[in-house]
Amino acid sequence: MEQEELIPAEDFCIHHNIEYSFISSLENSGLISVTSVQSSTYIPVDEVHKLEKFVRLHYDLDINIEGIETINYLLERIEEMQREILNLRNKL
Amino acid sequence: MDFVDYYKTLGVAKNASADDIKKAYRKLARKLHPDLNPNDKDAHKKFQQINEANEVLSDPEKRKKYDQYGENWKHADQYEKAKQQQGRQGFGSGGFGGGEYTYSSEDDSAFSDFFESLFGGSGRTGRRSNTKFRGQDYSAELHLSLSDAYKTHKQTLTINGKNVRITIPAGVENGQVIRLKGYGSLGANGGPSGDLLITFVINNNTSFRRDGNDLHKTEDIDLYTAVLGGEKTIDTMDGKIKLKVNAGTQNGTKVRLKGKGFPLYKKEGEHGDLYVTWNIKVPTHLTEKQKELFTELSKLST
Repeated sequence: MEQEELIPAEDFCIHHNIEYSFISSLENSGLISVTSVQSSTYIPVDEVHKLEKFVRLHYDLDINIEGIETINYLLERIEEMQREILNLRNKL
Repeated sequence: MDFVDYYKTLGVAKNASADDIKKAYRKLARKLHPDLNPNDKDAHKKFQQINEANEVLSDPEKRKKYDQYGENWKHADQYEKAKQQQGRQGFGSGGFGGGEYTYSSEDDSAFSDFFESLFGGSGRTGRRSNTKFRGQDYSAELHLSLSDAYKTHKQTLTINGKNVRITIPAGVENGQVIRLKGYGSLGANGGPSGDLLITFVINNNTSFRRDGNDLHKTEDIDLYTAVLGGEKTIDTMDGKIKLKVNAGTQNGTKVRLKGKGFPLYKKEGEHGDLYVTWNIKVPTHLTEKQKELFTELSKLST
């Protein structure tokens, strides 16, 4: 099995100066996935990039979890469309 | 170095209150934030500009200094002298077949020369967007020609003093992105480093049109070859090839040459197909003799 690098959620919260509840709300809405080891929560390294994006949306732009969910969905669609446009352009 | 009108950047009046400025900044940030504008360099640049404007106008001291010196900017020689070299580290490219890099980091805190001169490099206050944990991603474009993309290359990139050897497999697509994990800026406080994202920009320097792994091209043949049949030598990506032209070939007929197309990405030895479309050149400026013979032919066929 491939070993996954994990970051303690507590460390992440301290350095970003955020509440742990924000991470659990994100996890509850399925926006990120975290791992629990012996009652401590860890963030897989690959999720950190996404998580930091959500932190910025929430703390810099005042967007709530529902808003982040919507934005995340729309961003996925935008990226999908950008890929499609590129494929079509490449065909020309 | 140009004067930057921060009031204009935020779309507020010169006498705007601190609250007006905050509101205007937040409104623009919601629109231009890089997280909301993926792959949009223009929005990223504008976001930097509004950040810079906000940095100055939201700080009473900086705003005062800006208002005092800002307008007379061009005469302020002492600031001109203070102009600093932006410490930007780029790639040293090993270089192959005209391959060329442009480099940009997704650093939202890169401020203009104007700002640096007026307030110095340490003029900016701590902001959330500065690295606190995971390092920032770097993005770079690697330009290569279609004939370069036809072959596998090994390339050494120098990224912030570190040498990274990468292999660019044959068959990369225009716009394809590869991610080199951990080659972005360093993380802080024990956070992971960012990644380096390389986007391939492929310019077509050939007479072929590429559609995925297939190549297309149009070749002229004269009327006589089309009518009577014959041969035509054409260029492929890896050398010349002699093609048989069937007698009675119609204009626009397509011939498929299996395996003569573009290499498949990461599938060594496999290739797409090459499609050749025949374009029949109808003779013009006929001599009297030719005209006579064509007339005779036309009578025979009716």
